[in-house]
Amino acid sequence: MKARAIQYVVLVGVAAVFLGPLYWLISTTVKQPTEIYQWPPSWWPDHFTWENFKLAWEAAPFDRFFLNSTITTVLGTLLKVTNAVLTAYAFAYLRFPFKKVLFFGVLGAMMVPGHVTLLPNYLTVATLGWINTYAGLIIPGIGSAFATFLMRQHFLTLPTEVTDAAAVDGAGHLRTLWRVVLPMSRPMLVTVVVITAVEEWNNFVWPLIVTNSASMRTLPIGLLILKTEEGVASWGTIMAGTLMMLAPMLVIFLIAQRYIVGGLTQGALKG
Amino acid sequence: MTALDLPVRTHPDERVLAGDADNHRRRRRRREYGLFALLVAPNLIVIAVFAYWPIIYNAFLSLTDWNMIAARPTFVGLANYTRTLSDPAFHKTLWITIVFTGLIVVGSLVIGLALAFLFNLPLKGRGAVRTMAFAPHVLSGAAVATIWAFMFDPGYGLLRALIEPLGAEPPDWMNSSDWALPGLVIVYLWKNVGFAALIYLAGLQGLPKDLDEAAAIDGANTWTRFWAIKLPLLAPITFFLLITTVIGTFQAFDVIAVMTGGGPGDATTTLSWSIYNEGFKAFNAGRAATLSIIMFVILLVVTTVQARVMERRVHYR
Repeated sequence: MKARAIQYVVLVGVAAVFLGPLYWLISTTVKQPTEIYQWPPSWWPDHFTWENFKLAWEAAPFDRFFLNSTITTVLGTLLKVTNAVLTAYAFAYLRFPFKKVLFFGVLGAMMVPGHVTLLPNYLTVATLGWINTYAGLIIPGIGSAFATFLMRQHFLTLPTEVTDAAAVDGAGHLRTLWRVVLPMSRPMLVTVVVITAVEEWNNFVWPLIVTNSASMRTLPIGLLILKTEEGVASWGTIMAGTLMMLAPMLVIFLIAQRYIVGGLTQGALKG
Repeated sequence: MTALDLPVRTHPDERVLAGDADNHRRRRRRREYGLFALLVAPNLIVIAVFAYWPIIYNAFLSLTDWNMIAARPTFVGLANYTRTLSDPAFHKTLWITIVFTGLIVVGSLVIGLALAFLFNLPLKGRGAVRTMAFAPHVLSGAAVATIWAFMFDPGYGLLRALIEPLGAEPPDWMNSSDWALPGLVIVYLWKNVGFAALIYLAGLQGLPKDLDEAAAIDGANTWTRFWAIKLPLLAPITFFLLITTVIGTFQAFDVIAVMTGGGPGDATTTLSWSIYNEGFKAFNAGRAATLSIIMFVILLVVTTVQARVMERRVHYR
């Protein structure tokens, strides 16, 4: 009984450690400056105010950051997942000489750490004339190795009778993919889409180096700019900007949590 | 020899038909090859250009001196490597990277495993707490760093309210060369232990129960069962987490960029920060490429070791 009580105390403590900073963030955004800069701190806002959000929205072109983040995330995810699905289908169902070697070529890309490719990719993108463009933001990231691997492994578990039957019915490969294989892979597809979208939305270093004007910056870079410009004198404004950036991901996380968890654990336990 | 092996006389018409079928099959195969190429080409091209080519390009650039403005790089041979490898600043960078990575790896594994055991107990609300612990993993590093910059604020940050009651003076975390690195480690742990906990939890729930029960009946206490049974069975998962954490932490960038910018001085200049610094602030392409190749080689060794060990596990199981 006593052990159980201690376990509950620890559980509550753990919850506090992870919720604390988020509570601190949210409560700060609705506090007035005098309340943010007081000591000891106030745990509950005295007078609710939306002023911080207004200030943040005016301090930097957040509407533009939102737009850019949305465009890169939606297009980037769409193209990357399409790549993953098409490649996985080809490797799972079609014949081709040296298919095994090619597949190792795809998987080998996972061995190349992204950070190592920054400088050459920047130079390549500059040669293509893509600096400070959506193409430059999106295209270098749409090659897919891990998602291709996950999708292919999943396709191989599907009963072959189904795809064979589709072929006998005279359905072409693309039709089979769209009508039979994809509907049977919906949970895996959702997992891949959500994980990719989260990555694209949070992407930091590549947008930082490939864009150079406020009109092309994405939210994470916008946040860096906001924090640098506002300094420690306007935590209310900075926290409001942070919450605006976090909110969409928090919502998606709460809705799609089991898909994210499923995908990540699968990668670990199969590896 | 059986009758089946004997050549069969065929009617001329049938031979034509057989040739037709052959042609048909060949045409179908060619169509299949074409479709395969069409489906994989976009992905393979992007992978070739933006994942493999950079390695070759880096190797080339690392043999040159180039400010990225001059028309073409000047070939300098191995000068970048000899200079970098004998540079005390590089030694410090490497040391900081190793300390930073080591602390995060050990912290993630130990705390992650402890949390996994906690979440595996039959407690009410454990699912909700597991979600809370995992949430920071999917949040943007830039946003998490900004929140923690405020948490660490020596004047009005939440941590001051936790440290002062203990009778200690809160440090000026991010402006102190002693505290900036531990501060970053705290932020990365907060962001990533939930992931380690989740993977460990999946592992714990997949452990065979009979062994543990047998040991319990034989009188082994909880502690012994943990060290002698559970931990060894979880070794593959520990190994997976070890490798992925090392690879991830070596490339840690967003939190460092937002919180310290490699400073104060060079107190938090890791290998990943110095690649960015040399390439995109000092515009020294040769030096940045050299550091990139060094990072690539280090991580390649790490992943190769992983592949080897995994292979052995599969073969001898």
